[in-house]
Amino acid sequence: MITIKNLHASIGDKEILKGINLEIKAGEIHAIMGPNGSGKSTLASVLAGREDYEVTQGEVIFNGKNLLDLAAEDRAREGLFLAFQYPVEIPGVSNINFLKTALNEIRAYHGQEEMPAKDFLALVKEKQKLVELDGKLTNRSVNEGFSGGEKKRNEIFQMAMLNPKLAVLDETDSGLDIDALRIVATGVNALKSKDNAFVVITHYQRLLDYIVPDFVHILYNGKIVRSGGKELALELEAKGYDEIKKQFESLEK
Amino acid sequence: MIAEKSNTAQLIIDKISSTAEKVDFIDNDRLSKALLYLENKGIPNNKHEDYKYCNIDGIFKKEFKNIEQKLNVVSDVAQYKLKDALTLVVVNGNYSESLSDKLILKGLHLTAFSNLDKEEKKLIGSLANVESDAFIALNTAFSGAGFHLKIEDNEQLQMPIHILYVSSANSEALVNPRNVIELGKNAEATIIEEQICIGTGKVFTNFLSEKFVGENAKLTSYTFQNEGANGFSVNTNQVTINRYGKYDNTTVTLSGSLVRNNHNVVLAAQNCEAHLNGLFTTKNNQLVDNHTLMDHQMPNCESNELYKGIINDKSTGVFNGKIYVRKDAQKTNAYQSSKNILLSDDATINTKPQLEIYADDVKCSHGTSTGKIDEVAVFYLNARGIGRESAKKLLLNAFAQEVINKIEVDELKDKILNLFENEL
Ligand SMILES: Nc1ncnc2c1ncn2[C@@H]1O[C@H](COP(=O)(O)OP(=O)(O)OP(=O)(O)O)[C@@H](O)[C@H]1O
Ligand SMILES: [Mg+2]
Repeated sequence: MITIKNLHASIGDKEILKGINLEIKAGEIHAIMGPNGSGKSTLASVLAGREDYEVTQGEVIFNGKNLLDLAAEDRAREGLFLAFQYPVEIPGVSNINFLKTALNEIRAYHGQEEMPAKDFLALVKEKQKLVELDGKLTNRSVNEGFSGGEKKRNEIFQMAMLNPKLAVLDETDSGLDIDALRIVATGVNALKSKDNAFVVITHYQRLLDYIVPDFVHILYNGKIVRSGGKELALELEAKGYDEIKKQFESLEK
Repeated sequence: MIAEKSNTAQLIIDKISSTAEKVDFIDNDRLSKALLYLENKGIPNNKHEDYKYCNIDGIFKKEFKNIEQKLNVVSDVAQYKLKDALTLVVVNGNYSESLSDKLILKGLHLTAFSNLDKEEKKLIGSLANVESDAFIALNTAFSGAGFHLKIEDNEQLQMPIHILYVSSANSEALVNPRNVIELGKNAEATIIEEQICIGTGKVFTNFLSEKFVGENAKLTSYTFQNEGANGFSVNTNQVTINRYGKYDNTTVTLSGSLVRNNHNVVLAAQNCEAHLNGLFTTKNNQLVDNHTLMDHQMPNCESNELYKGIINDKSTGVFNGKIYVRKDAQKTNAYQSSKNILLSDDATINTKPQLEIYADDVKCSHGTSTGKIDEVAVFYLNARGIGRESAKKLLLNAFAQEVINKIEVDELKDKILNLFENEL
């Protein structure tokens, strides 16, 4: 699905990603954990094509294509989806118009015709139900005045609508109450198939109780410093990052 | 240093005098005042405070060196008509009865200026002072064959009136459309004024409208300007509102090489209300300059202004909003807001609120903001597969909506929305 090799990225003079290597196959779920400021969101943004970051080294192959050569919109059209840690409010653009535009531009990219309005509305209904999103929200402006939890649920709703190959969920669990957490997880599990993959960025084990990862990686100071199975998350939950930080500091010396 | 006086006004007078029809509906005294004012003051350049960003003298010198007045006959305007409105057509400043719809609306009277009786003729020029502005003077001296539109007391027009001003020439030309619109006591009307320019020659349109809103009357007015590269215009609306009267105007400017709007509203009695909304998009070297004046003369009135600009390429947008609260105008509420998006580094916006307040118990506020397109939002849209161009369109559309949504005539709103999206 995606192969990330020795990825370095900076903003201004500051290097944030310092050589990331990661291989994700179809059908897998990967969790990325790590302390605040370690570079998790940066990795997600770089993959999605945010231009504020400069990739200084490395390559990313996404389904046989050189991802870093593609504009952000083409990455999405190729099937990459980023659920933002901080979803953006866009006053005046209705959720529904936004999704219709997105869906149809993705279809056009693949040489498909616009989705008939009837089918589109049926799809909206179906996916709304999946993530138990209040129908009123879909008619409002994108994320405008949404509560923190509503914004996160809206991200999952968009993901369900666009049906990506690889979805990166950046702290989609933060700010969610227990019910919402379950709903988001149900949504992800319903969409999960042998043809797609998920990267779940999180600080907490509790999401991983619902979305069980095949691999867990710890990102620290711009690098993946440890990888393991789902038990690694439990270990972290118990011990925290102290050990890793110490190891790292002694390495630096 | 004494600035050398420009002779542009004299040149214009010389060039168009020979072809101009005699203006028989304005008395000689006012005509000579107009000419004298023009000769003395000239066409304003950027040294003139009110035309600081709008050097019209310069534009005349550059773009209208050879005014030849080869005006075209226009015989078909079907494509511009709205289905559910009564259309009145003005070609090169002159009302065309043959192109206009029959006046079947109850309570509506239209009289060509020349057919007004002596008393009624006095209405022409009673609001727009010839000695206040060069373009009022110019229009007065060479006024086109306009009309007086009257909506009778207590009548509510069943249909909007769509006045289509068509400019068309095969040479450089100057035209001076003019009208007087009068709403009687308790009358209500919706009037759409649309300006287009369709010939091969550049036309300078110097438009003047005097609007009387009677006691407890309501005038909903839309101005739609889409003249293209050959269109240059100065448009003066001089409005007076009476007790409990209400005046709403929404002006949308989509194209035109030069568009200067002077929208002057006098809240002349107690408890009246005025709203001015504007949306303009500019590109290339265009200049769109909106000057508004809210003149609060009496207590308990309210005014509200919202102007939005989208400025691209090397174009320039101007919003100058003057609010004048006279000493008798206690309990005035006056608000003004101007918001702009610059789409290029070479684009310019000049905004200036001017509040002159001589009463003490008033609520006035103004706000202005200028920014670029929100790149964070663009990225969010990109990340969902929406390309840069469509993302920009969605965001600009969202920006414009606040103004476009003020248009209550669906057909007009859809038309403007379509054209607006094409302009982006
Ligand atoms: N635009 C920016 N300008 C300067 N520094 C930045 C910028 N964006 C990110 N950084 C820095 O890069 C580092 C990594 O940030 P990032 O948001 O990727 O961390 P994170 O792992 O997602 O943290 P969190 O768990 O708090 O979400 C931080 O030190 C942050 O301050
Ligand atoms: Mg983060």
